Amino acid sequence: MRRWRRQKPRTRRAAGKGGALNGLPIVHKDIFCTRGVKTSCGSKILDNFISPYDATVVEKLANAGAVVLGKANMDEFAMGSSNETSYYGAVLNPWDLECTPGGSSGGSAAAVAARFVPAATGTDTGGSIRQPAALTGTVGIKPTYGRVSRYGMIAFASSLDQAGVITRTAEDAARVLGVMAGFDERDSTSVDHPVPDYVAGINESIEGLKVGIVRQHFDEGLDPDCGDRVRDAIAVIESLGAEAVEVDMPNIDYSVPTYYVVAPAECSSNLSRFDGVRFGHRAENAEDLMDMYCRSRGEGFGDEVKRRIMTGTYVLSAGYYDAYYLKAQQVRHLIADDFKKAFADVDVIAGPTAPTPAFRIGEKVDDPITMYLNDIYTIGANLAGLPGMSVPCGFVNGLPVGLHLVGHHFEEQTLLRFAHQYQQATDWHAACPEDFQ
Amino acid sequence: MSAGWEVVIGLEIHTQLATRSKIFSGASTAYGAEPNTQACLVDLGYPGVLPVLNEEVVHMAAMFGLAVNARVAPRSVFARKNYFYPDLPKGYQISQYELPIVEHGELFIADAGGEEKRIGITRAHLEEDAGKSIHEGLDQSSGIDLNRAGTPLLEIVSEPDMRSAKEAVAYMRKIHTIVRYLGISDGNMQEGSFRCDANISVRPKGQDELGTRTELKNLNSFRFVEKAINFEIERQIEVIEDGGEVVQETRLYDSDKDETRPMRSKEEANDYRYFPDPDLLPVEISAEYIETVRQQLPELPDAKRHRFIDEYQLKADDAAILTNSRPVADFYEATVAASDAKPQLVANWVVGDLSGALNRDGLDITESKVSADALAGLLTRIEDNTISGKIAKQVFEAMWDGEGSADDVIEAKGLRQITDNSAIEAVVDKVIEANPGQVAEYRAGKDKLIGFFVGQVMKETRGQANPGQVNQILKDKLSQ
Repeated sequence: MRRWRRQKPRTRRAAGKGGALNGLPIVHKDIFCTRGVKTSCGSKILDNFISPYDATVVEKLANAGAVVLGKANMDEFAMGSSNETSYYGAVLNPWDLECTPGGSSGGSAAAVAARFVPAATGTDTGGSIRQPAALTGTVGIKPTYGRVSRYGMIAFASSLDQAGVITRTAEDAARVLGVMAGFDERDSTSVDHPVPDYVAGINESIEGLKVGIVRQHFDEGLDPDCGDRVRDAIAVIESLGAEAVEVDMPNIDYSVPTYYVVAPAECSSNLSRFDGVRFGHRAENAEDLMDMYCRSRGEGFGDEVKRRIMTGTYVLSAGYYDAYYLKAQQVRHLIADDFKKAFADVDVIAGPTAPTPAFRIGEKVDDPITMYLNDIYTIGANLAGLPGMSVPCGFVNGLPVGLHLVGHHFEEQTLLRFAHQYQQATDWHAACPEDFQ
Repeated sequence: MSAGWEVVIGLEIHTQLATRSKIFSGASTAYGAEPNTQACLVDLGYPGVLPVLNEEVVHMAAMFGLAVNARVAPRSVFARKNYFYPDLPKGYQISQYELPIVEHGELFIADAGGEEKRIGITRAHLEEDAGKSIHEGLDQSSGIDLNRAGTPLLEIVSEPDMRSAKEAVAYMRKIHTIVRYLGISDGNMQEGSFRCDANISVRPKGQDELGTRTELKNLNSFRFVEKAINFEIERQIEVIEDGGEVVQETRLYDSDKDETRPMRSKEEANDYRYFPDPDLLPVEISAEYIETVRQQLPELPDAKRHRFIDEYQLKADDAAILTNSRPVADFYEATVAASDAKPQLVANWVVGDLSGALNRDGLDITESKVSADALAGLLTRIEDNTISGKIAKQVFEAMWDGEGSADDVIEAKGLRQITDNSAIEAVVDKVIEANPGQVAEYRAGKDKLIGFFVGQVMKETRGQANPGQVNQILKDKLSQ
């Protein structure tokens, strides 16, 4: 990134601003509204949608001088862990073009991994920044819920969605996140909490800090080789003076089922506005209103989106609400409490980001449950609203593996500091896919 | 209405809050603009936009809660009511469901016997209005106008405490008065700022269990509320007396035919799938805030009515009419303050001649052609005997027509009252002399003829003689 900052500004917009990211080329995940530019969210239903306004994130990065090279492909409405649900087709993993880059911010992760751009925005509802970062050997940070404005970011699950950034290094992430973060009066859930100088904080030593290890995150289900890479990474962190201790998260195993009630419930409501009335795809020659609704949505949404709308509609229905939605919210509180207790003793929690390295395109697409388990280690941070980060920590059969770090509320700087110190001691992030050198 | 039946009515009143901007966006709430010119991206439900609560609506709801002696919830929550309709841009309406901002209120109305009756207010919650569909002038298609989408509403839900259409109307009028007193709604029913749904059931007198209810939607005038409820009561009784059963359903009132009929049942089959809106934080209200709002509350209709009776010694009916609207009460008090006339005389004039003139010209009291000060000037001239009450009516009409102040008119038209005893005596003598027959009858005991003689004297003086003096002098001279 430093290289880019030394270059002369290429556009008037960047030249005029002279901001913290002057001239930095970026891509935006196509979930962020960009004025005058198609904003599809990876869906046929928005294939014709030109946004009339800029998302707050887009506005802030532009004001800081970043130059948008394009929009990144993504799973449809951010629902997916492989980028295969996009209406525009799958994104390929630069490390192996037959593999997926993960998702849903797969286009953003692939663009950074392939050295197209030094930074790309992403969003993370259950792991959609961190899992693709892990699968592409990049750094991805999802900040605390409320840290970055959601205004102009097309909603999937409003209580879980959070914008973040994918870069190659923790230092770059600190630089970009510092621009994205902050209160926005247009988003009631954004938090008015001071934004620290993330870059200044990363050089501090991690000596004496405590790293929590969650036992369940190393159970069966984790690829043994991935587990080894993560354990090696924790050993490096210990060698830097941090102390690893086991923490108990009794309810963490309920994360995935809890998530797959809460997120679809919210999405079933959030996606109701795509009805063919005011914008987006509208079916032709509708016989009546109901026919227009059914066919516009039937034609416009893909299978995974439909699956989640149906699940969400079901769990909110009269007679099922208490058993599913309400229960899931209660469990969500228990999981958040587990984290709270853990953070009374430790500074970060470390573990694997994803259970396996990148998988082959088509391998899991017909098996939603297996696909959903991709986010088993990352979902907890979304349910609890905590910041999470993935850092490259080695390879298994030539495919990258990610170390997952979770911090306490508004402790992004602690995550960035750990990640930076780790990257000072390792060079996994410097590795470049062969075809993109 | 058939004897032996008890009617049970509850009302849900939707009142539009008089904010300048919408409940969750900065767009204007002004009425009557070109379609879709007052709808911003938030109102249009565009991808990525988010609602931000207008704090003014919280203030207004708290005012209402305190005005009806309710609990203003320290924590209330916005929820999404999910259903598809073209005038509902997001596919859900943001409303309050499990935790409304106002609960457990009450107000008092006069029942059929004139006794004070308590009507419970279950809750009042904040929500956004929808847009509207337009069918006129469009062939084979419908248009959508989203200007109204996002307009703030306070939905006020009563207990099923009303026992007749008249009570329902009295309750609705009371709410209407309160919201206008508080200045939280213009209460304009033609523009839809104040409308109600009525839940109605009947049961045999003495039965505890409630009958099956029907809901009448979107009643937008006091007259329609009364007529629609009465129609529905009779319909339900007829159904039951004919051996049938009342079906729980939503019905619409057709004012042209004066009847209710069921809405399509399809629209009722909705499961709204309410859940807390994750885009909005719970509304938290501190005790200090509530106290501040309480301090700022204006005097409310009931308190003002009681004060008018105590302070001005007014008849109860007049006090009720004068306090029914805040501008009328203000006008009355301003007139009292500016004149030497007795408060009851002022009341008679405001309720009588002034209201008559306003009605005739279709004006609101704030547009009155005779100001409170001007009216006070007129009434002072009655009080100091410059003119009689009868002449005052003539002066008032001239003032209404723009001929100046009371004194200007009295002077210009020479209407000053004759109070000179000798002048009146001269006229009385003339009248007695001209009507010997009536004089004889009167003296023979036909007291009622005094009116005839007064009339004759007034006619002679073009109404300008002081009536009290005329009476006295006539009686003296006739009994001689």
